[in-house]
Amino acid sequence: MELASLTVSDLQSRLRAGEVSPVEALESLDKRISQIDSGIQGYLSRDLDAALALAKTADVSLPLGGVPIAIKDVINVRGEPCTCASKILRGYRAPYDATVIRKLKAAGAIPFGRTNMDEFAMGSSTENSSFMPTSNPWDKTRVPGGSSGGSAAVVAADEAFAALGSDTGGSIRQPAALCGCVGLKPTYGRVSRFGLVAFASSLDQIGPFGKTVRDTALLLNAICGQDPMDSTSLAEEVPDFTARLGENLKGIRLGMPKEYFIGGIDPQVDKAVRAAIKQYESLGAEIVDVSLPHTEYAVGVYYIIATAEASANLARFDGVRYGHRAENVTGLLDHYRRTREEGFGQEVKRRIILGTYVLSSGYYDAYYLRAQKVRTLIRRDFTQAFEKVDAIICPTSPEPAWKIGDRSDDPLRMYLADIFTIATNLAGNAGISIPCGFSEMDGKRLPVGLQLLGKPLDETNLLKIAHAYEQSTDWHKARPLQ
Amino acid sequence: MARMSSDFDVRYTAELARLNLSGEEISRFQSQLSQVLEYVEKLRQVDVTGVEPTAHTYPAFNVFRPDESREWFDAKQALANAPRQANDLFIVTKVVE
Repeated sequence: MELASLTVSDLQSRLRAGEVSPVEALESLDKRISQIDSGIQGYLSRDLDAALALAKTADVSLPLGGVPIAIKDVINVRGEPCTCASKILRGYRAPYDATVIRKLKAAGAIPFGRTNMDEFAMGSSTENSSFMPTSNPWDKTRVPGGSSGGSAAVVAADEAFAALGSDTGGSIRQPAALCGCVGLKPTYGRVSRFGLVAFASSLDQIGPFGKTVRDTALLLNAICGQDPMDSTSLAEEVPDFTARLGENLKGIRLGMPKEYFIGGIDPQVDKAVRAAIKQYESLGAEIVDVSLPHTEYAVGVYYIIATAEASANLARFDGVRYGHRAENVTGLLDHYRRTREEGFGQEVKRRIILGTYVLSSGYYDAYYLRAQKVRTLIRRDFTQAFEKVDAIICPTSPEPAWKIGDRSDDPLRMYLADIFTIATNLAGNAGISIPCGFSEMDGKRLPVGLQLLGKPLDETNLLKIAHAYEQSTDWHKARPLQ
Repeated sequence: MARMSSDFDVRYTAELARLNLSGEEISRFQSQLSQVLEYVEKLRQVDVTGVEPTAHTYPAFNVFRPDESREWFDAKQALANAPRQANDLFIVTKVVE
């Protein structure tokens, strides 16, 4: 149990000192999961035998040698399920490793466990999982955020040393904020999407969850790089993202966008974030007012572009080559319609409908094309702001975790939860959420996340800036009571 | 010519998407998605004159690979998740009468 509460860095020290073996670490983790996951339901499945096989031959001198990593159930790991929390992929076993998995294995890491998520990554609470909701480890009546809620919850509850998730509109950063861990979305194109089940191809990125900024940087080192199997991956060199951790913040300018500090933010979130900004000032950073004038259009642009791309990406779930297939069909169209009717959940159907509509003849120009143009303006807002500052600082989520079931009937309200994370996906930039305090609801502490948005390809600096704050506080050491 | 969200027909769109919806889903989605479409109407306020659309944020152009065959799935691997198969082939619903 005690082993499971280690960070990746500390686990590595022990592994390399020979104090503990990869098999012991894995078994200790599995024991921890067996003890507490029934109350959190962060994992959809896990294959201890497959992981043990890797643990037995793990080379701890490798960058992540012997370290188990939990994987969001949307990334293909050969031989394992990849349900995307959907009935339409029940029974599917991945015939290949995603590039990030190939890279993790090459770095000595051990993919272990499939974490719960909103179905096909569509959601902000993990309630859209077809199988079960995941609980926030800090208050089990509340959501962990989404769509990578399982990954965030297991890291926060010491049921994983670290995890991978995916972020299309905030799906790493927002659950990291709600669960009190670190979550990073890389610059679009940094990490290969080959083997990631696609939701919105121009927005999706795989990224790391960690207990600390350093752990997150270690994972990022392992998974970045151009991939011939993903033509959208960038040819940019991969630096050592840990290289500037520990540097001071002299000369760093942080921008507070006025559009992100509006009415409607929970007062306790606002208080914690502003206190963090003051802390940054005391660490030597200069705080600058900036403006991102097209912020109010970001959610609208996103729900046109993301749903449009999703409607195309989910067309492949047709019951022909894999996954669920409807029985006793009357013909080809019936086969398609009923397979998809039976296989997809409500939110997925809703988004497919919306996406199909905005792409359909007569509506494409008014919706999709216009949204792409506004997207250009949103990107420009960031480019202009980054001429004045090194990073943008703001809340991750306008409120702390809400009660499970609270928003199930109000999709639009759910969409607005992503208001501070979404524009970064549209612009293609990197963003990180780090813990910055707690709010209190019903006598329970709920984490608050601080978000830092970086210039494209500037993750090294972003991580440095995040690390400096983290190390000057104790938030990252807090753990939910079990 | 810009269309109004009142033109939004869930039933027709579902046909395009090859998706069966129940009567209840149709009417619920009609109302929920109409709200979303109302919300996105605000994009009309934006002056997009002369603005190029962004399809990808860091576009790479002409990303090619050599036109050579590579090692990939064999038939057995490709059929591993097939709902129905025979003779190294996927069995599918009859398409041609």
